[in-house]
Amino acid sequence: MPLTLNQTSEREEEADLARKLMAGEPEAFDRFVEHFRAKIFHYSWLMCGDREDAEEVAQETLIKVFENFDRLHEPERVRPWVFRIAKNACLMKRRKSIFAPSRELSLDEFLPAMNHEGGEAKLQIADWSRLPDDQLLQSEMKHVLDRAISELPANYKSVILLRDLEELSTAETAQILDLTDDVVKTRLHRARLAVRQKLDEYLRAEGRAAAPAEPARGDRDGNA
Amino acid sequence: METHERTEKCKEMFSLLSEYLNLELPPDACREIETHLAGCRPCIEFAESLRKTVELCRRYRPNEMPHPIGVQARDQLLEAYKKMLSGREIGP
Repeated sequence: MPLTLNQTSEREEEADLARKLMAGEPEAFDRFVEHFRAKIFHYSWLMCGDREDAEEVAQETLIKVFENFDRLHEPERVRPWVFRIAKNACLMKRRKSIFAPSRELSLDEFLPAMNHEGGEAKLQIADWSRLPDDQLLQSEMKHVLDRAISELPANYKSVILLRDLEELSTAETAQILDLTDDVVKTRLHRARLAVRQKLDEYLRAEGRAAAPAEPARGDRDGNA
Repeated sequence: METHERTEKCKEMFSLLSEYLNLELPPDACREIETHLAGCRPCIEFAESLRKTVELCRRYRPNEMPHPIGVQARDQLLEAYKKMLSGREIGP
């Protein structure tokens, strides 16, 4: 079973829209607005936590995007280009740096405990293997994820939003946030670990964790 | 039953797991992690939980959606777009 992740992307479609906009094709305008308005809204809503601000950031970003569209020389980079503008609009909106270093997350706080029972060391985590991918976004789980992401310190949240939700590359995220690649990697890992931990706590509390239909002999370690 | 204890290798793997999942590690480091994972059930369980977390984040979108764009707001954007088109240098 491959553990590594496949990249998925709407980015070719976005690049195509950007080329059409530059060519002055009118139907591209509304599609571009609809697509990026929702994306920018989600990003700024998650960063700012305020609907009105998020609506305004989306509008202000799109105005700047259209005013400066002829400066976009590489249509395939339209997504990071738009998010760079959105990030700046978010900063202006809040009148303070929501991206400034806040609470630091350390790796050690996410290292799961080991449980030694019956001579075997077991991680004290939920049994994620029993969760089919298509069940992961059930409403309750989504609510937990909402909270887990919202509660991240802002400097970690901005990274996970761009890297995982928007699937921007490390280099693109670094450029948008004025960070080095290494800092992006570090913050992404810790943000993911923090989110994983919240989801794990939920799964364990829900009792979906370990217990198979017929508990295996000697396998009751209190993880459920 | 084989006994697993957390080793320095487990901790190293733990710190590199996102880079591994993102295919951002050099081939040698990837191979080293895969060799470790093959023999360490706790690490593979943890790696799998992190992979699912990332998949979940990638598919996640907040329930909140922006209100439909108003006529005035759309006109403002269209005006900025048209102005840009009319003002740009005509290329080949």
